[in-house]
Amino acid sequence: MTDVSVVAERGKVSQPKSILAIDARTRRRHAAEARFRLMGKIAVAISILALVGLLASILTNGLTSFRQTYVTLDIYLDPAKLDKQGNRDPEAIAKITTFAYAPLIQKALTDAMAAKGIAVEGVNAKRAVELISKEAPATLRQYVISDPAVIGETISFDLLASGRIDGYYKGRVTKESAQLDRNISPEQLLLADELKQAGLLATRFNWDFFTAPDASDTRPEAAGLGVAVLGSAYMMLIVLVLSLPLGVAASIYLEEFAPQNRFTDLIEVNIANLAAVPSIVFGILGLAVFINFAGLPQSAPVVGGLVLTLMTLPTIIIATRAALKAVPRSIRDAALGVGASKMQSVFHHVLPLAMPGILTGTIIGLAHALGETAPLLLIGMVAFVRDYPAGPPEGFFDPASALPVQVYSWTQRGDPAFVERASGAIIVLLVFLVAMNLTAIILRRRFERRW
Amino acid sequence: MSVGIIILVLLVLSALGYFLGRRRALALAVESGRRLHSLPGYYGQTVALFIAVPAFLLLIAWLFIQPAIVGARVNGMIPDSVIPAGGARSLVISDVRRIADGLDAVLARNVLDEAALTDGRIDFSTVRDRLAGVGIALGNDVPNEVFEAAKVYRQGDKIGTIAMTIAVLALSAGFGAWSFTRIRPDMRARNISESFIKSLLIGSSTVAILTTIGIVASLVFESITFFRMYPASEFFFSTVWNPQFRGGSELGILPLLWGTLYISLVALLLAVPIGLLIAIYLSEYAGKSVRSFAKPAIEVLAGIPSIVYGLFALITVGPFLRDWFAQPLGLGNSSSSVLTAGIVMGIMIIPFVSSLSDDIINAVPQALRDGSYGLGATQSETIKQVILPAALPGIVGAILLAASRAIGETMIVVLGAGAAAKLDLNPFEAMTTVTVKIVSQLTGDTEFASPETLVAFALGLTLFVFTLGLNVLALYIVRKYREQYE
Repeated sequence: MTDVSVVAERGKVSQPKSILAIDARTRRRHAAEARFRLMGKIAVAISILALVGLLASILTNGLTSFRQTYVTLDIYLDPAKLDKQGNRDPEAIAKITTFAYAPLIQKALTDAMAAKGIAVEGVNAKRAVELISKEAPATLRQYVISDPAVIGETISFDLLASGRIDGYYKGRVTKESAQLDRNISPEQLLLADELKQAGLLATRFNWDFFTAPDASDTRPEAAGLGVAVLGSAYMMLIVLVLSLPLGVAASIYLEEFAPQNRFTDLIEVNIANLAAVPSIVFGILGLAVFINFAGLPQSAPVVGGLVLTLMTLPTIIIATRAALKAVPRSIRDAALGVGASKMQSVFHHVLPLAMPGILTGTIIGLAHALGETAPLLLIGMVAFVRDYPAGPPEGFFDPASALPVQVYSWTQRGDPAFVERASGAIIVLLVFLVAMNLTAIILRRRFERRW
Repeated sequence: MSVGIIILVLLVLSALGYFLGRRRALALAVESGRRLHSLPGYYGQTVALFIAVPAFLLLIAWLFIQPAIVGARVNGMIPDSVIPAGGARSLVISDVRRIADGLDAVLARNVLDEAALTDGRIDFSTVRDRLAGVGIALGNDVPNEVFEAAKVYRQGDKIGTIAMTIAVLALSAGFGAWSFTRIRPDMRARNISESFIKSLLIGSSTVAILTTIGIVASLVFESITFFRMYPASEFFFSTVWNPQFRGGSELGILPLLWGTLYISLVALLLAVPIGLLIAIYLSEYAGKSVRSFAKPAIEVLAGIPSIVYGLFALITVGPFLRDWFAQPLGLGNSSSSVLTAGIVMGIMIIPFVSSLSDDIINAVPQALRDGSYGLGATQSETIKQVILPAALPGIVGAILLAASRAIGETMIVVLGAGAAAKLDLNPFEAMTTVTVKIVSQLTGDTEFASPETLVAFALGLTLFVFTLGLNVLALYIVRKYREQYE
């Protein structure tokens, strides 16, 4: 009895079977294998989906900011209003405020509507002119001040439509939402449609977005990136001029000359730590050292450039050291062998061979610096700046904004039209970054040598 | 002379020095009939270096020190009685600076002349309107002492700039002339210029040390000032964060630390498994075509600036989580929340985790894999039971580095986490972090001497110590537990 059961037991455990049939345990192990592989696939898919989602969200929100709705009007620049003395004295004309220009626009719009026979019930002349941006009188004034001779003529202008009208043609504002909006009524939207049919109102490419300065809270339609692009360009110039020589010099010393001692260790530890310090801490450094201690002006590209230089240096040093390390020993030995000094072998042979790698690292470092926001917030670059900074080098000390900071300050505003602007600014920023990274990749592909 | 012109002059002078030095070396060699010790260019290089470098260093030092000295002098001129009650000295000093700048603008327009300003014929009241004319609007309560201080400030600034120009140019000319007359055919010009360049290289590499010293000094000194005004025990142990710009604020760091750690935890819970799986899949399973597509795509994720992620959190992830999860579940109706910031931050650090782990997994020798396969293990068993344990110290190090990055991240939390400091467990609730509060306490018009502003430095110091600690720990773990394969 017991024998039988033992045999049965044994038969269960090690059933004789073909090696072609897969037993349960192996099947389980294979299933686990497949599950694990699937998890890996899912992880890759999630990250790629996240990338696609991120880009799609920014593009769908931001692409519309490259187009803008304009109202085209023939405006009579009435001398009786703009130049009462009639002597075209530029100083007297400059004293006339935008309040004198607003009626001219209103009159031009009323005339144009009458000429085309457009009238919408519930929209009088005063409500009709609300279709045009509050920025328009200022644009007009600027035009007249720059050339007082045009007073008395009738000139065709493309005036910005107000933010809500612009939003209507981009799907942000609908007749239903206008019902609840204090700034726009459905009738005004009807009027806008009529104007569009008459050819007075059109949506087209918006160059001003790239060149115009920032605009106030209530005029999202006029806000542009001009000052921010200029400020970012100045900062990148400063970062390039300072961090490339400093970084290359430091790497050459550490890689080629530094003896193995405490001091070298100290420098290496410092560089490794600086690379991991949160960027906002560099902002605190800039505020405390460059602004409070050294008295440099707030919001100035020079301070931003210095802070970003210190932040980029570790990146550049690490990349440069890798590039120097990749140059084989034999090159140095050959140079030393034919009588070059150590310094000559480095500067005449090693450095030129490492240059593609160094430049690639520098460009990637610059791209990081271009997108950096947090330290710039602390040194006052969020300030509302409407004036373009002067040309370099004086312009380095003028207040300016920066591309990523402009994005941040637009997200802090109430009007939803600024979300579109912020996403548009991000697209511009990303285009710059893609261009820089592509340059780096091309440099690497074209010139990098493998030994 | 403005700084730009001085720099230009120095560059021109040093170029000139190069050519003159080179020519003199050649001429002397012909004259004396002896061979030059070095190539003629090195003689020129020596002169050029001596002209440019000391003068540049002086220029930089001067630019930093002069404002500090002038500021200290002006500071001494302002009696305490002038400072409005409850106001700060720094505000008065900034008034002084603004008036001084304004005076320059007024003078540039020729409505006032220099002489009238210095002999005291003009008092402050007449200047006030003119300052307003150039866009410097002043309050009515700016006392005369401030105006006097502004005049001194301006004078000091002007004298300083003239002195700087003279000193810098004199230094460059002096060193230039000295090194020029030193040229002899047997002068070891190459050795001199090479040791000069080497000292420049050493100097550049100390910038890293100087930066660290700058960071630590600025954080520590301002934090000490803060802790003199506000008790450290309350800062570290109070659970209430409630800054009041009229004084009487409660500045406890605990709610901020909680928010920071909570958000970082969410981010790591998302990023670590996904990043690790990506690294494993791409290095062990994926074919060449998948790798060549997926790897760059994930690297793109790493190259995107954090402000872009911040905007993504603000306009897409936040509203999505609110409308689809928080509101239906009745857990809150704020679009900025711990989960919003955590998820987006997690996406941001996925590539960080995956590329670090990728390197570590690739460093595990093939022999270990082959041995495991030889014993009959499947690929996933090999990974789980052989490769991961072998790579564990490195992976833990990578996770710690990712944590330090998550803690120090600013823009995502500024745009995605909200500004309310609270101790809560609900992940759909808006919370705030250390970095958000550093930004909010230091931006905008704040007076610099109040505890509400200075607390940002104490927060910064905490952040710095935290991230540094994590990095050192990561390094220590990697060093201590790493397997050394031959």
